[in-house]
Amino acid sequence: MKTRFPWLRILVHLLGLLPLVRIGLAALTGGLSINPIQDIEQRLGRAALYFLVATLAVTPLTTLTGWKSLPRRRRALGLYASLYASLHFFTFSVVDYGFDLPEILRLIGEKPYILVGFTTGLLLLPLAVTSFDYFMCTMGRRWKRLHRLIYPAGLLVILHYAWAVKGNLLTLRGDILQPLLWGLLVVLLLVLRLPAVRARVSRSRQALAARVSRSA
Amino acid sequence: MKNTFTPTAIPASEITPKELYLSRRDWLKTAGIVTAASLLAACGVAPATTGAGGNPTAQTATQAPDVPNTYDQITTYNNYYEFSTDKQAVNPLSADFQASPWAVEVGGLVHNPKTYALEDLLQIETVERVYRLRCVEAWSMVIPWNGFELNRLLAEVEPMTSAKYVKFTTLLDPEQFPGQQSPFYPWPYTEGLRLDEALHPLTLIATGLYGEALPNPNGAPLRLVVPWKYGFKSIKAIVRIDLTEEQPATLWNTIAPNEYGFYSNVNPEVDHPRWSQRTERRIGETGRRDTLPFNGYSEEVASLYTGMDLRVNY
Repeated sequence: MKTRFPWLRILVHLLGLLPLVRIGLAALTGGLSINPIQDIEQRLGRAALYFLVATLAVTPLTTLTGWKSLPRRRRALGLYASLYASLHFFTFSVVDYGFDLPEILRLIGEKPYILVGFTTGLLLLPLAVTSFDYFMCTMGRRWKRLHRLIYPAGLLVILHYAWAVKGNLLTLRGDILQPLLWGLLVVLLLVLRLPAVRARVSRSRQALAARVSRSA
Repeated sequence: MKNTFTPTAIPASEITPKELYLSRRDWLKTAGIVTAASLLAACGVAPATTGAGGNPTAQTATQAPDVPNTYDQITTYNNYYEFSTDKQAVNPLSADFQASPWAVEVGGLVHNPKTYALEDLLQIETVERVYRLRCVEAWSMVIPWNGFELNRLLAEVEPMTSAKYVKFTTLLDPEQFPGQQSPFYPWPYTEGLRLDEALHPLTLIATGLYGEALPNPNGAPLRLVVPWKYGFKSIKAIVRIDLTEEQPATLWNTIAPNEYGFYSNVNPEVDHPRWSQRTERRIGETGRRDTLPFNGYSEEVASLYTGMDLRVNY
């Protein structure tokens, strides 16, 4: 199939590799903090969050704009999200904790934010594995149902983020501005795909488009 | 100004663990070695402490000696939310901070309340202390401070017998401290110590670092240093010190009382509900170190807490 917007595809991959390139450059030029492992770990975690949110934004943006090329780029966005989530976990478990399995398991068990982050990563894993055309064709409806795991993953990653910083999301105290804004965005993106909301947005867009074309 | 303070009862060399007590020249030398080591580490030399051993104790069974962190490390990686929540943003943001003129009001339950100009405080007999600093975020440094023991200042103002606590307050100035414009924190920053903690000879008011005036990112012109407590207890840019009868409210304890206790003594056994406190990363090292009870100052301070349940009074 011919891609109608090759530049969009190129853009997605340029953006997808950008965090990795930036970390590499920072490591080479001394741009990492003096706590470099934590710095890399947090940069990878943020990259995973950005791509997870971007993946969740595809459907609402398509509804809003009617731009049919967008959904074709969703797979790449989702795969970048799982790539960065995996690298984030690798940095935590291998680089930081030297693959000290008992200690890692203990941390996952006793620290809720680590458990939540770990769960988010686990949810993304089957999505990445079944992202090939082969599974999409053979799994049929089950593929779609499975890939709805991205919704809980989107909520859990916010919980993981909010829990990892010094502060309290419930009382709006501390360093919670970023998790709060990202959380609101995720909720907005989820609300926008509720069938009723989606149909309404779609209708207004079509009405607007009709009016624009009439006046033109 | 007349110096009314008697000489230190305990020489600094006895308070600071011996392996820490290096001459300034040696600090600079060893600091150079740390930099070289961290450069090698950045090139992918595997951390020496990883291995087959299962538990974290085995992993870091032999603690490497404490070596002071470099001036650059200490001044470019700071938790100072009055400037930014980004530790690396504090240094540039604090460049124009006006740490002079400065005054500290000492009052509350004291017989001689007084407002001290910074110059008066700098007359108090200074000491050099190389202390470990353990952040609640599970990283640590070794820092050569200059300053004076807080008990010197408290002796001068003469606490009343009703005084049980010491409350410290940071400057409130949202123009100089952009972070204080954030509505998510109960500004100004306040901290507190029990009076006997405040009088302990380890408790320092730092006015300098590596023999120089205290740099802005570290809390210029003066800050508290309580080496056996998590770093956030060591309040920066102090403008008020009050003796009180009631336990004072502290910023982090107000925000999340279940996570940041009033005492906040470094304690690997009493875990933070969200982050593990069993191990820490010494800045400049790739492996993790075991966190020590009271940050390794048990011998000096554990007796302050005799009979107290440290799980309750965390």
